[in-house]
Amino acid sequence: MPLTIGVPRETFAGEKRVATVPEVVEKLVKLGFAVCVETGAGDAANFGDDAYQAAGARIAGSAADLMGGSDIVFKVRAPSPAEIALMKSGSTLVSFIWPAQNPELMQQLADRKLTVLAIDSLPRQLSRVQKMDALTSMASISGYRAVIEAANAFGRFFNGQVTAAGKIPPAKVFIAGAGVAGLAAIGTAANLGAIVRANDTRAEVADQVVSLGGEFVKVDYEEEGSGGGGYAKVMSEGFQAAQREMYAQQARDADIIITTALIPGKPAPRLITAEMVKSMKPGSVIVDMAGEQGGNCELTVPGEAVVRHGVTIIGYTDLVSRLAKQSSTLYSTNLLRVTEELCKTKDGVINVNMEDDAIRGLTVIKEGGITWPPPPPKLPAVAPQAKPAAAPATPAKKSGHGHGAGEPASGKSVVAIFGAGALLFGLVGAFAPASFLAHFTVFVLACFIGNMVIWNVKPALHTPLMSVTNAISSIIAVGALIQVAPPLGEATEGRPALLILGLAVVALTLTAVNMFGGFAVTRRMLAMFRK
Amino acid sequence: MSANIATMAYIAAIILFILSLGGLSNPETSRRGNLYGIIGMTIAVLATVFGPRVTTAGLPWIVGSLAVGGSVGLYAARKVQMTQMPELVAIMHSLVGLAACLVGYASYVDTSTTFPTEAEKTIHEVEIYLGILIGAITFSGSVIAFGKLSGKIGGKPMLLPARHWLNLAGLLGVIWFGAAFLQAHHIDAGMVPLAVMTAIALLFGIHMVMAIGGADMPVVVSMLNSYSGWAAAATGFMLSNDLLIVTGALVGSSGAILSYIMCRAMNRNFLSVIAGGFGTGEGAAPAAGGAQPAGEVTAISAAETAELLRDAKSVIIVPGYGMAVAQAQHTVYEITKLLRERSVSVRFGIHPVAGRMPGHMNVLLAEAKVPYDIVFEMDELNDDFPTTDVSMVIGANDIVNPAAEDDPTSPIAGMPVLQVWKAKTSIVMKRSMASGYAGVDNPLFYKENNRMLFGDAKKMLDEVLVALKG
Repeated sequence: MPLTIGVPRETFAGEKRVATVPEVVEKLVKLGFAVCVETGAGDAANFGDDAYQAAGARIAGSAADLMGGSDIVFKVRAPSPAEIALMKSGSTLVSFIWPAQNPELMQQLADRKLTVLAIDSLPRQLSRVQKMDALTSMASISGYRAVIEAANAFGRFFNGQVTAAGKIPPAKVFIAGAGVAGLAAIGTAANLGAIVRANDTRAEVADQVVSLGGEFVKVDYEEEGSGGGGYAKVMSEGFQAAQREMYAQQARDADIIITTALIPGKPAPRLITAEMVKSMKPGSVIVDMAGEQGGNCELTVPGEAVVRHGVTIIGYTDLVSRLAKQSSTLYSTNLLRVTEELCKTKDGVINVNMEDDAIRGLTVIKEGGITWPPPPPKLPAVAPQAKPAAAPATPAKKSGHGHGAGEPASGKSVVAIFGAGALLFGLVGAFAPASFLAHFTVFVLACFIGNMVIWNVKPALHTPLMSVTNAISSIIAVGALIQVAPPLGEATEGRPALLILGLAVVALTLTAVNMFGGFAVTRRMLAMFRK
Repeated sequence: MSANIATMAYIAAIILFILSLGGLSNPETSRRGNLYGIIGMTIAVLATVFGPRVTTAGLPWIVGSLAVGGSVGLYAARKVQMTQMPELVAIMHSLVGLAACLVGYASYVDTSTTFPTEAEKTIHEVEIYLGILIGAITFSGSVIAFGKLSGKIGGKPMLLPARHWLNLAGLLGVIWFGAAFLQAHHIDAGMVPLAVMTAIALLFGIHMVMAIGGADMPVVVSMLNSYSGWAAAATGFMLSNDLLIVTGALVGSSGAILSYIMCRAMNRNFLSVIAGGFGTGEGAAPAAGGAQPAGEVTAISAAETAELLRDAKSVIIVPGYGMAVAQAQHTVYEITKLLRERSVSVRFGIHPVAGRMPGHMNVLLAEAKVPYDIVFEMDELNDDFPTTDVSMVIGANDIVNPAAEDDPTSPIAGMPVLQVWKAKTSIVMKRSMASGYAGVDNPLFYKENNRMLFGDAKKMLDEVLVALKG
């Protein structure tokens, strides 16, 4: 019996996202589920009911109708008490929950005997869960949107230009916190042409900042700032003093400041004081992405854009919702990946497998029992970094095809080779007759010439090289030729002339195949190489 | 024509051969290089035929043999598919080997050659013995290589239980009969050890190539190339002919260098390739103990592939033997052309051992008219993957296996590989999840940014092309 996935309209004020988009509905149907969408659920994100219907979803007239018939509910925001009351007892909920901050909500959900998968509780240190990581996908959207909001409020171009009407300096953007959102903001601002500087307490993200086109500003103080799971931690007093100094300096210089500093379960750190705001140039913009947690800036009003001391301070808490179509698409893809993990059999039935590290971490309530926080993952903890560090150092680059061998041989083996060579030459010299020595000289020299010439051949031409050397090796025909009908002197008796002739003619025929075929095929091949 | 003029002509031929190989250093000069080779060969043959050592009585025979052999060769050269080049080269090596054997026997039974000293006679006999030995190994080895490359013989290595001992016994046998051969005062008496040695050499050649797996074929083909050169050089010593010696040495060192390059590209020791058994026996045990790639693969459709390619700014295509098997190179070029018209930067990354012989992929791409200035070697573009949007792997496996870098227990650990997984998205086209010739599972398939496009490479690429056009 396939289960029904229900997608209600979000009821939280100002929330424009929807948990599932039509494109994903199709894929859920392919996994065997029935999908039901509340009428108008996708309106705010520009997905109409007819699009859902076309994708194979049923449209439910009301939330009560939808929740009552759904075995699994996909939501963005945690449900309100009213919504919880509508849900079927024993059904499954997938949404943002923030269990640490919302103990009452957890209790209500547990009382309803639900199974709850909190998308925010994903064990992000497992690299295979990246595809389900809604925090990351949402954060990168809000980082992008923060720059767009800043650009909107800022009275100038981002990129420096020299126009007929005069020279325009590029905007200077300072970004505090280089997490996912910060990095997205760095990339967006840099792409718009601004000069981007960024800071983070975790020194290891410096490379990522640089790779996106930003400049990493260091705090002049030594302290390791990585908390667990890719988050930052609270820093010492000495560090904070040095950091304040650095921020004050950046505030005087920057046109736009975007702050993204968050510490899980704690109020956002105060990075920008009223003093610093005062020191900024009039017309500057601050986007405070930590508005919901109290703000990184002292003067932030959460949810609003205000002007203080001539500086626009944007404290919107709904940056993600302001890009509702994009964020809904990414969020619903994240949920699809979760569903795929839950339904490996693709028969429309889910299995909340608590043995699976990823599922275990996600599941905060299992059939009415609170299972949060999860035990530490069984896998050996990866080094606590936001992203896997740069790939392991690649093996030392081999030198190209120069003259001679690629790697220099070790001293010992060179000595051994020369020793063996000298001995061999000595033996040959001692015993061989002069006529042989002449040929031997030619042979050794030819080997050296071959060595010099062949190393210059481009690897692309190795096949033609083989076929041409193959053709040239049919020079052995010369050997056969002189056996066919040599001018015989007196010593002819007992010479099996017919046998020799036969052998030579066969050999000659064989080499002729090579000679003509080899050159012809090389010619054919080389004719194909073109610019 | 006097002997001196013939010698001068030989020197001219030698110089032309060296220029011919030198010309191959660059695609622009390579055609001229081939022409030099043809002229050199013509001079050498004419100088011999009209030289002092061939009488006019032999002319009909010579013309007849050249005509018959030549037409067979030209026919084969015209008919051969570019994907079959390795087979053609292998079978041609066998002809050289066989010819060296025949010339050796003919030289041995020829009583007209006389020697002033006993030492020279002994040296002559050693030369005959060696020439036939190398010729026979080249012959049988190349025939087996041909069989393997054309699929007439299975590609899996055939490993006899005591193969190293068998080879050693063969070597000792060759030395033993060599001694007996030199002791023989009469041609009939020497014939027996010579024949036995030839049999041993033939068996040795068969055994050697049978024990080598499909992925090691580039090494084998270039090694046989080398042997055919040494066989010619040995014949040159036997006949006291410097032209043969020089040419043989050139070809021999060329093949040896190619083998060396191929071995280095697989991070393998030459001896261990020859000893055979890649990905089996000793290699498999640590692999099983090592970390098995976990996770699941993400499949992708041809339409989605087209979508990815269309949105990309830069694409690197990594072809492998699978492209040759599916004959997909023309479709690959059609796609390349289309993408380049839409100003997508498309490049090709070639691993030295991709395919079944050195440079195999380059020839296939050239056949499909892919311009050679967008075809790069591994070292030239391996650092560019992080800035590449899409890397597309067509029918290759081991040469893009990240385990070679990450997993020290992997049988292919340390082999340089194309780092396709560093691109934003990598697409692997494969028939199924089967592992490559090395028998090593590929963690690339399970990477987060990797997509699998299952199916026959030609068919899937055709679909991608249609989707791109649409």
